[in-house]
Amino acid sequence: MTVNLTKGQAISLQKNDGGSLSAVRMGLGWQAAPRRGLFGSRTREIDLDASAVLFAGKEPVDVVFFRHLVSDDGSVRHTGDNLVGGVGQGGDDEAILVDLQRVPVHIDQVVFTVNSFTGQTFQEVQNAFCRLVDETNGQELARYTLAGGGDYTAQVMAKVHRAGAGWSMTALGVPANGRTFQDLMPAIWPHL
Amino acid sequence: MTAELVRGQNHPLSEVRLEVRISAGTPVVAALTVVGENGRVSGADRVAHPGAPALPGLEVSRQAAAEHRLAVDLAALPETVHRVDVLLALPGGPGAPARFGAVAAPFVAVTGLSGAALADYTITGLDAESAVIALELYRRRDAWKVRAVGQGYAGGLAELLTDQGLAEAHLLARTIEEAVARGVARSVSAPPPQPADPGRSPRPAASDRTAPAAPQTARTAPTAPQPARPEGTAPAATPTQTAPQGAPAIPARPGSPYDGQGADGAAHPTVPQQPLHPDGTAPHPSRPADGSTQPAVPGGPAAPDTGGAAGDETRPAGTTGGIDYNHPRRRTTAPPPPPQAAPPAAPGGPAHPVAGDAAGWSMDERLYNQVWGMFEDLARTVAAYRSAVDFADSRREKELDEALSDPRSRIGGQGDAAREAARARHSELVERAREVLDRDLAQLTAESEVVEPALPPAYAGWDNPVWHGYRVPMEIPMAARLGDLHLPEAPDLRIPMLLRLPLERGLWIDSGGSGGFDDASADGADPRHLAMETAVSLAARLLAVYPAGEFGVHVIDPAGSAARALAPLVDTGVLAGPPARGAAGVEDVLSRLTSRVDLVQMALRGGASDALPPGYDTSEQLLIVNDFPHGFDDRAVTRLRYLADEGPSVGVHLMMVAAREDASGYGPLLDPLWRSLLRLTPVPDDHLADPWVGHAWTYLPPRVPQGSQVLRQVLAQVADGRRDLGR
Repeated sequence: MTVNLTKGQAISLQKNDGGSLSAVRMGLGWQAAPRRGLFGSRTREIDLDASAVLFAGKEPVDVVFFRHLVSDDGSVRHTGDNLVGGVGQGGDDEAILVDLQRVPVHIDQVVFTVNSFTGQTFQEVQNAFCRLVDETNGQELARYTLAGGGDYTAQVMAKVHRAGAGWSMTALGVPANGRTFQDLMPAIWPHL
Repeated sequence: MTAELVRGQNHPLSEVRLEVRISAGTPVVAALTVVGENGRVSGADRVAHPGAPALPGLEVSRQAAAEHRLAVDLAALPETVHRVDVLLALPGGPGAPARFGAVAAPFVAVTGLSGAALADYTITGLDAESAVIALELYRRRDAWKVRAVGQGYAGGLAELLTDQGLAEAHLLARTIEEAVARGVARSVSAPPPQPADPGRSPRPAASDRTAPAAPQTARTAPTAPQPARPEGTAPAATPTQTAPQGAPAIPARPGSPYDGQGADGAAHPTVPQQPLHPDGTAPHPSRPADGSTQPAVPGGPAAPDTGGAAGDETRPAGTTGGIDYNHPRRRTTAPPPPPQAAPPAAPGGPAHPVAGDAAGWSMDERLYNQVWGMFEDLARTVAAYRSAVDFADSRREKELDEALSDPRSRIGGQGDAAREAARARHSELVERAREVLDRDLAQLTAESEVVEPALPPAYAGWDNPVWHGYRVPMEIPMAARLGDLHLPEAPDLRIPMLLRLPLERGLWIDSGGSGGFDDASADGADPRHLAMETAVSLAARLLAVYPAGEFGVHVIDPAGSAARALAPLVDTGVLAGPPARGAAGVEDVLSRLTSRVDLVQMALRGGASDALPPGYDTSEQLLIVNDFPHGFDDRAVTRLRYLADEGPSVGVHLMMVAAREDASGYGPLLDPLWRSLLRLTPVPDDHLADPWVGHAWTYLPPRVPQGSQVLRQVLAQVADGRRDLGR
């Protein structure tokens, strides 16, 4: 069952049968909004980037993004940069895989962000979503839609954090501006 | 555009003069029946079969064959003909397969006169049937269409013909059988039957067929010996692309990932820096593009479909009952599963490791990928542990500082309690990190314990018993083991350091005193002798893993100081010539190798690699240089640098056994030379970095066990192999 998350809502990643998730995928998909007016056929490429920041306490320890595709410990992997989006037509254009069992013990939060590298605001993006999938069976656990795209170029999507023995996920949906995850740090701090 | 039909699908025919082509992995009987409007065959005279091969507009062949071309002229058929069925049947007889489930799925295609296929269909999902209605060509509103039927009959032709409404079906079936038996003498030799292994992806041409004596060959008439069908003998192209096991991470530090990025931002800069890697290459497992053929591995996976395999090779995926709507000839390019997959883990416990449990087209490649996988896993596991411990340390420092700076803590036991709490938090985190590390190390150690004994000589240490059964190989392996690597967290977990072959850069055995030599001098061993022994051990490994005569070793030993270490190579006679002495010897060897590099390079650049003199020895060459720069003048140094730069691309490699201090007189002139070589040490030394995290790994040179004669025995075999070759 898919949970459609709204801002600030948290869900536990404990499975119904009591077992906890071992691997999750954070998928990001988008399409460029059609241009209005003349030359509507001219393609407009929008490059969104998904990043994951690994925090220990409140310190960023490692970052997985398009130039560092695997965290040093190997637990978080980015499947690769997509520069134009829309490839999957509703599928994930970029994905970050998190092997929760292998995440080092001191990492207690993983924050997922989306940035518009090419500078377009989310007004020009269609069908953008961020979703969390149980990688072991492909089941979608949660989906957060970048609805009502506003005049900003980045968003702090969600965080996966330790809760008791397992993990849970909180949708953040905090708009921000910036080209890469680093510009988002000030927006992330309050939500750690 | 050919329509690839699935069972039950129909397709309009744009032509009426047709050819029906049938190919099967085994001889089959083909027949055509003419069906009237009532859906019945009115008599035996309406069946074109081997005993009566021609009817108006229809013609079939007189014998059972693996390939048929049936002529069908729909325009020549009377108006009363409503339908023409294409039938296939197994001929029966001793040794022949009795059921379609035991042979490759038959493939039928309807082509026009031009030979262009209009529609084709692979008859999958057959099992006990020995006769099948493959296709029907039928009238629909003054036009003809083709439908894929695939209806099989376990009772054979008799049952099939009965079902078609033929009264004398059994009689006709027997007539056909006799006609086929007469035609057997003219039958072509069929390829060996496919082993029945449903569920396995189809084999392409020339895969590991292990049944050369097919029953059918016995029935081939001696008067008409036919060569085996080409797809049975043509070598399969070896695919070179495989998924990288561990694509190197791009180790940009999170601190300043955008350094040097352009302001335009139109595209991302792709590769910011190349990670240092033990063999100087990306660890992708694609095979060298030297045309080396795939080693056949018993029970190994078949080479993948290269797109050109004949359709008759197709085996249906196990479909019993129901219709298989998967298109039988549309395959994925994924390799077949490895025969040994790790068995499922016991609940709550990690999977039991299995040697060769990695991707690859051959055992050689799978083990190579597995070793690289272990290498990466160990690097990352230790990285996780180290980063957790670092974090715990820094958090403790911070908390202790806070406790100290808090004025309240100076009174009473509050400060002590805070400090105690900080320490407890620290040790608790470190303990948990250690637990995870120990769990992972145990898993990797268990894997190493099963992988090490399974390694072929090229990947095995000198202490591995596999060397005692050493035979000169027929093919160049993917890689050779140049030593072991380990990390301080797990000193007993040794990862084989596998270097891709052919070598892509030269080697430098550092005989200088740059650290790590205290142990050696404690043993009383001379570091220079030790370095030369390491060089000999490495050269012997390279000699042993190349096929006979494909690897030549030259030695420059200007002062003759390495005679003792070189003895195994000299005594067994595996060197290309005696070690060169003095300035003249240096000059001679260098000029010969330089002209070799020039010659091959000229031929390659001119695109005329076939212009080399006939019989030109294209083997790889290794030059061991001891005591550099003793005996070298400026000209010789220039030549050496030229060899280091240009040699590797044309198969001439350098192995320097030298101390950098000795050559300090040349100043920075030689820096590029040293940098271009892969530095190895004769004693354990932590100077190699992995490509993922950049840990400093301790390198252990390959050491022959004390008192073991394995090195000499192996070299003697190499010399024997070369003599057999006549070189």
